[in-house]
Amino acid sequence: MTEIELLSWARGPGLQIATVIFVAGVVIRILEILLLGRKANLAEAKGTEMTSGLRTIITRTIPDRTTFRRSGITIVAGYVFHIGLFVVCFLSAPHILFLKDIIGFGWPSLPTPVIDAFAVVTIIALLATLVNRLSNKVMRFLTNFEDLLTWTLTFLPVITGYLAFHRIGLSAPALLAVHLLSVELLLVVFPFTKLMHAFTLFLARWYNGAISGYKGVAS
Amino acid sequence: MSATIENGINALKRQVDATVASFFSSCVHCGLCAEACLFYTETGDPRRTPINKTEPLRRIWKSEYTLMGRIGKALGLTKKVDDKFLEEWQELVYDSCTMCGRCSMVCPVGNDIALMIRKTREGMAAAGQAPEGLIGATTRAVTIGSPMGVKWPALRAQIRHVEEDTGLKVPVDVPGVDYMLLLSSMEIMNFPEFIEAVARLFDKAGVSWTISSEAFEATNSGIQIGVSDLAAVLVQRIVDVAEKLGVKTVISPECGHAYTAIRWDGPNLVGKAFSFRVRHILEVLDELRTQGRLKIAGKDARKLTYHDPCQISRRGGVINEPRNLIGMFSDNFVEMPDTGKMNWCCGAGGGVSANERADEIRLKVFERKKAQLDEIRPEAIVSACSNCRIHLEDGLEEYNMDIPLLSLTETLAEHLADN
Repeated sequence: MTEIELLSWARGPGLQIATVIFVAGVVIRILEILLLGRKANLAEAKGTEMTSGLRTIITRTIPDRTTFRRSGITIVAGYVFHIGLFVVCFLSAPHILFLKDIIGFGWPSLPTPVIDAFAVVTIIALLATLVNRLSNKVMRFLTNFEDLLTWTLTFLPVITGYLAFHRIGLSAPALLAVHLLSVELLLVVFPFTKLMHAFTLFLARWYNGAISGYKGVAS
Repeated sequence: MSATIENGINALKRQVDATVASFFSSCVHCGLCAEACLFYTETGDPRRTPINKTEPLRRIWKSEYTLMGRIGKALGLTKKVDDKFLEEWQELVYDSCTMCGRCSMVCPVGNDIALMIRKTREGMAAAGQAPEGLIGATTRAVTIGSPMGVKWPALRAQIRHVEEDTGLKVPVDVPGVDYMLLLSSMEIMNFPEFIEAVARLFDKAGVSWTISSEAFEATNSGIQIGVSDLAAVLVQRIVDVAEKLGVKTVISPECGHAYTAIRWDGPNLVGKAFSFRVRHILEVLDELRTQGRLKIAGKDARKLTYHDPCQISRRGGVINEPRNLIGMFSDNFVEMPDTGKMNWCCGAGGGVSANERADEIRLKVFERKKAQLDEIRPEAIVSACSNCRIHLEDGLEEYNMDIPLLSLTETLAEHLADN
């Protein structure tokens, strides 16, 4: 297989297969959760479920003061790499063009130097989360194979994207193919690992807020 | 029902619902919950990270309720839940957790970890992996009617003392009244001043109330050990009497988990909405305050702070009421650094105080409360849970801190105006 053939497989069938597995997997996982259901609360309510749940979806984004003081590194590194991932994924010109081809519409992009800076910061933040994970006593204790796998699969598209954009190491088609394949690997594994939190955290936060809110406590 | 590992596994399966599944699906192993838990912050032992305590339930969820887990199970790749494993987790699930729920407030993905631990206990207890102290308390609660073995004659004697001391009549088994007061065994045996305080407050406020000789015990070891069937039996006793007497409101006393048991878990345990209201004593007193029925005279000049009992504040929703009430007799009130819904647990709730094996660790983790108190240096601590009160007194003594502990209800009664 030549570089060009590999690239066209990655752009064509590879991407289709990965997308199907990703979408089907995410749907299955969410149904798997929701179909378990939840018993109605028979206690007299002191507050509301719906609005409290929605509020917690937003408010849980901000840590409380003491938690921030105690776990600052985890929180800052986490924030930076999440924001960085979002920016380089969805606000860089090549990605928007790529997605426009598939979904038929695009949106404004950020200037290349800005994206480039975000990419570097994201790479540093991801490395920081890895170092933190391996050095923080609690995180090291909690860390399992899946944590390292998902970190690697998240890191690969960022680093290969950076290399592809700057044409470092391999030919342009080869770099692009490797970048696409790393994204496809991420998509395939996504629904079956903790990466699902990107979707399920909305459910979890809602339930948390609803359970507390019912008792009149803003969580 | 005999306790076997099969029963334990089945009990864990029954605990899995959409909330649990969304919580486990969302955990990213960030470890923030550890820093919210006094059992981690004061021991530095990562095994005591809150989410780690839920591992028995996680294994069952994963292998039974996820696609990949079921595939893994078919291939024999799942981590087993057996007696040895649960025995190892006992110390984490019971001795190292007061179900205070502080972790549930900081988890960035929104996991209600305290709820997950509460559910894990259902499986532990059904598998026979609960601490002896809690098994004893629960057995006494079901057979005798009180976890401490307190029977009606003991309460009757205390009521007589109160009547002699106050010259007031404490109503017993009176039908058709507005309020039925529950008590914790701890109040009956150690703090009968509480009964006296309520009698005096209600007399001045003109409240029609009663104590029942059949259902006076408010505590519920069933929800601490994690046996919903038994918890439901204990709740049903109160429901039957409240309905028979036709009271409008049942009052939960100064006890944290008792409030959760009857107010929030109660109707769900017996599977039926109550025909009466349930209120914490502080809510009732605050209602009387807003109605202008509490006449308070004089101030406590000391620098006061309030220790939020977890099940009453964070897990119960009674946060503003105590502060309104303290404001009636104090101009010198200071909050602890983390307060209200973010307060730190005393270290002895959720059955920890009934579990002798945890005596050492509960005093160790008191260092968190000590640090909070050291920052504001109050001259007295007000609280509203007799379990917190006993443990706080224990802890203060252990660390040579000379700060008096006050019951909010009792302090309020002491400041009642003469007319």
